[in-house]
Amino acid sequence: MTTRRAAYCAMLTALAMIFGYVETLIPFGFGIQGVKLGLANIVIVLALYILPAYQALVIQLMRIVLVSFLFGNLSMMIYSLAGGVLSFLVMWLLKRTDGFSVTGVSIAGGVSHNIGQLAVAVLVVQNLKVAFYFPALMIAGLVTGCLIGMLADRIRLTVDRMDI
Amino acid sequence: MKINMFRKKDCILAAGIILTAALSSAVVMFAQRDAGAAVRVTIDGELYGEYSLSGNQFIAIDAASGYNGLVIRDGSAYMAEADCPDKYCVDHKPICRGGETIICLPHRLVVEVTGTRDARQLDVVVP
Repeated sequence: MTTRRAAYCAMLTALAMIFGYVETLIPFGFGIQGVKLGLANIVIVLALYILPAYQALVIQLMRIVLVSFLFGNLSMMIYSLAGGVLSFLVMWLLKRTDGFSVTGVSIAGGVSHNIGQLAVAVLVVQNLKVAFYFPALMIAGLVTGCLIGMLADRIRLTVDRMDI
Repeated sequence: MKINMFRKKDCILAAGIILTAALSSAVVMFAQRDAGAAVRVTIDGELYGEYSLSGNQFIAIDAASGYNGLVIRDGSAYMAEADCPDKYCVDHKPICRGGETIICLPHRLVVEVTGTRDARQLDVVVP
């Protein structure tokens, strides 16, 4: 890893962290608790396409751990890790499979992120009734994943011209 | 590299997600029951009494089989005390939805939520 690359990874991590804050300023969620735009995912999707997968994963993990320690708590970290790691793995696998666009990969990421968090919620509350949220979260993941994917695709065009 | 917003597989993926969501929401709608209006207490299958879930009250159920203290508070009912040996009924979480039950097996006592109220309540808030 070159110094240039290290600086890039650090910058992307910082960007993902600040996006997590910026999205709290944007009202979005249709009144469903826990539905977020997932702006930080723009960075992760982008990183998946312009960096080696392990570097993108490190950015994702760093973002979650740092944001949780700085602004959240342990329970937030567990929820974030479940969603973040699951969505990363799904996106990585889909990206390796030919035929999916950035938007498609991002949609799968958004949906699997919500599924990961819901699974933790079911385990924490010890009540399957939490799964009533499943349909709403699927659709929410589809919509946010689509928006994030289209944005990431646009940004990729610009970033691709830069040498990183 | 040019922008390629949607491909065939993306559409299949999106359709699959929408289909899964539609199917699961059908299951949820079927399973989701509204908050109940009252609780019915039966002992040995015979009606002991019916109590509204609106308003707070304490119901001392003193029957030949044993004693149970039922509390109704904030629209749900729970067993506060009982002289049964296992105390499973006391440990049971408060019930409020139609069809939910608290059963005290040693006393052959069943508390069941009946009727429906319009106000839908959230089970839990996912952060």
